[in-house]
Amino acid sequence: MRDTATILPLTAESLAFEADGKRLIDRVDLTVGRAERIAFIGPNGAGKTLTLRMLHGLLAPTAGTVRWSRDDGTVAGRKRHAMVFQKPVMLRRTARANVVHALAAAGHGRGEAADRAEAVLRRFGLDRLAARPARLLSGGEQQRLAIARAAALEPELLFLDEPSSALDPGATRQVEEMLGELHAAGVALVFATHDLGQARRIADRIVMFHKGRVVESGRTANVLDRPETAEAKAFVSGELLW
Amino acid sequence: MADGAFASALSMILTLDAEFVGIVGLSLRVTLAAVLIAAVIGMPLGALLAMYRFPGRGILIVVVNALMGLPPVVAGLIVYLTLSRSGPLGALGMLFTPTAMIVAQTILVLPIVIALTRQVVDELWSEYRDHLTSLGQTGIAAVPTLLFDARYPLGIALLAGFGRASAEVGAVMIVGGNIAHHTRMMTTAIALETSKGDLALALGLGIVLLCLTFSINVVVYGASRVGRQMAG
Amino acid sequence: MKHLLARRAAVAVFALATVAGLALSTAASAADRFITVASTTSTENSGLFKFLLPIFTKETGIEVRVIAQGTGQALKTGAKGDADVLFVHARAAEEKFIKDGFGVKRTPVMFNDFVIVGPEKDPAGVAGGKNVTDALKAIAAKGAAFASRGDDSGTHKAELKLWKAAGVDPKKGGSWYRETGSGMGATLNTANQMGAYALTDRATWIAFKNKKGMRIEVEGDKRLFNQYGVILVNPAKHPHVKKADGQAFIDWLTGGAGQKAISDFKLNGQQLFFPNAGDAGA
Repeated sequence: MRDTATILPLTAESLAFEADGKRLIDRVDLTVGRAERIAFIGPNGAGKTLTLRMLHGLLAPTAGTVRWSRDDGTVAGRKRHAMVFQKPVMLRRTARANVVHALAAAGHGRGEAADRAEAVLRRFGLDRLAARPARLLSGGEQQRLAIARAAALEPELLFLDEPSSALDPGATRQVEEMLGELHAAGVALVFATHDLGQARRIADRIVMFHKGRVVESGRTANVLDRPETAEAKAFVSGELLW
Repeated sequence: MADGAFASALSMILTLDAEFVGIVGLSLRVTLAAVLIAAVIGMPLGALLAMYRFPGRGILIVVVNALMGLPPVVAGLIVYLTLSRSGPLGALGMLFTPTAMIVAQTILVLPIVIALTRQVVDELWSEYRDHLTSLGQTGIAAVPTLLFDARYPLGIALLAGFGRASAEVGAVMIVGGNIAHHTRMMTTAIALETSKGDLALALGLGIVLLCLTFSINVVVYGASRVGRQMAG
Repeated sequence: MKHLLARRAAVAVFALATVAGLALSTAASAADRFITVASTTSTENSGLFKFLLPIFTKETGIEVRVIAQGTGQALKTGAKGDADVLFVHARAAEEKFIKDGFGVKRTPVMFNDFVIVGPEKDPAGVAGGKNVTDALKAIAAKGAAFASRGDDSGTHKAELKLWKAAGVDPKKGGSWYRETGSGMGATLNTANQMGAYALTDRATWIAFKNKKGMRIEVEGDKRLFNQYGVILVNPAKHPHVKKADGQAFIDWLTGGAGQKAISDFKLNGQQLFFPNAGDAGA
């Protein structure tokens, strides 16, 4: 057990993002601890995706800080957080080759990458798809492959941007099962979702965004059943917020 | 004259006339070498041009696109003046050699490779960017991934370059001199036979050249079909 | 996995073969012993070199690489140092070349003659004539189409000299005078197509394969004499010139073996070039 070699907790302080003179993200504070599952909810354009991208490092905040407990989120040169996007990005190769590519990019040797890829595909029941061209898989299969590919990198934290918004309930359930398994293995999850039911099913905490700010955050049951702010009340009861 | 042409074409192929074989061999060597060199230089350049923003990028793209239409005689003339003994690189003694022809043809193929690579990688990069950045593959490190995933359109780009090089006569005539047994290629041989009035033979050579180009295209198409089935 | 390996192997073999081929082709040219000769399209297209050069190479082991250009271009090539020897046919221009210091010495090699060819229909009525200036005057007067090389070649220079002797300025005439700016063969193709007259050397005409509808109209005039000379490019101006091997070629051409080979060269049973290296006044 290498307890000292962990990148969590992740702390974001006064995170802000401005573009074209508009404040798209304003003073967001956040902490993510070991194996925590946090759901970002809120209407479209509220800032969920922008915040995820800033936390993962795809976008630089115009103000505020993102601090990992260790070295920019890496341990021994390997990045320990990964991200899965709303529309899964599949390279024009086989499913297996997609996973191998991710592992190679992370610095694993060819042989090791091949073995790990094989193992992760088998772990999530995707090995029968291994030799298929990734882009020819169904939406659900692609998303599961994307998650498996990210899992192969052995992250401590996985960011997901609306992982099942384009999927039918069956595929959604498969995705949530995968995430459950990852959580059981100790991986923290930070995910944006439109599906309040999903938040209830697989989040420990909820952070609600509106117009670039965090309007409410807390334990799942509290936010969903006993919302405190007006926006949260309205959103949770199904009203449109703008 | 048509039967004369097909007859010459057939007899050249069947008897494997030594001079004919030499001419075909040289044409393939020069053009394939030019395409290979242009690919090695041009693909990474095209990829980088797609990925990076810098001042003057727009103008550079327009120039590269325009150079796709560089007249072969002009390219030949520029190389000729450079490699002539009275020119800046005269000491190399490269004029009137197959190497000079490869240089001239590489100049013709390079803009095609750069422009088409840029086009394809541009689209691919915008699709893959988040994912590759997330994996830590940024900048130059992403180039091999992008080029490999773009292999089919890039293959077509190389075919286009091959077509342009194998069809041109102006550049190789000027820098090669159409020397018998040394720098005579299919296109310059056709020009020569035409100027000798031997139109049937010239046409026969033309038919052979077309068959060669056609065969190469068939092979590439077949390979890409098989490849696509395997990788989507 | 198997496909991947096979594909990679194929690519590797292909790349290696290409690189090897390229290396071999350029390496081979570096090791050969050769000279570069700038000559005219008439000597090349007639097939003279194809006959002559293997004899020389067998005797001396020196490969001769011929670049067929017009005389004007060949002289410029020599002046720039891109050839070792010039083999052309425009005496006045050759002598100026020597005078300007670009060449060492001019030696006559062989001669043939020019002829005027034209359409069998013969619109200017010059067929069978023995006087070239009369024929040219008739062509100009009739405004019959005439295809000129217009490329500063030996033939072109000779043609202009003949127009001058005939007292006609063809460029002022009108659209009947067409300058093709190309070699002899291309110009003959054009003349054939346009039903035009043209001045050509006999050797190119005999070897030319697209003669349908055309024939020789005027020949035999002494002024149609066409002399070829050979010059070594001046090593003082261009030190890299292959002096020894170039001179060896010149000596062979103007010596017994070369001169005999020239007279041995026949096409359709006809001798195309007549050796006259010994003729001091040529």
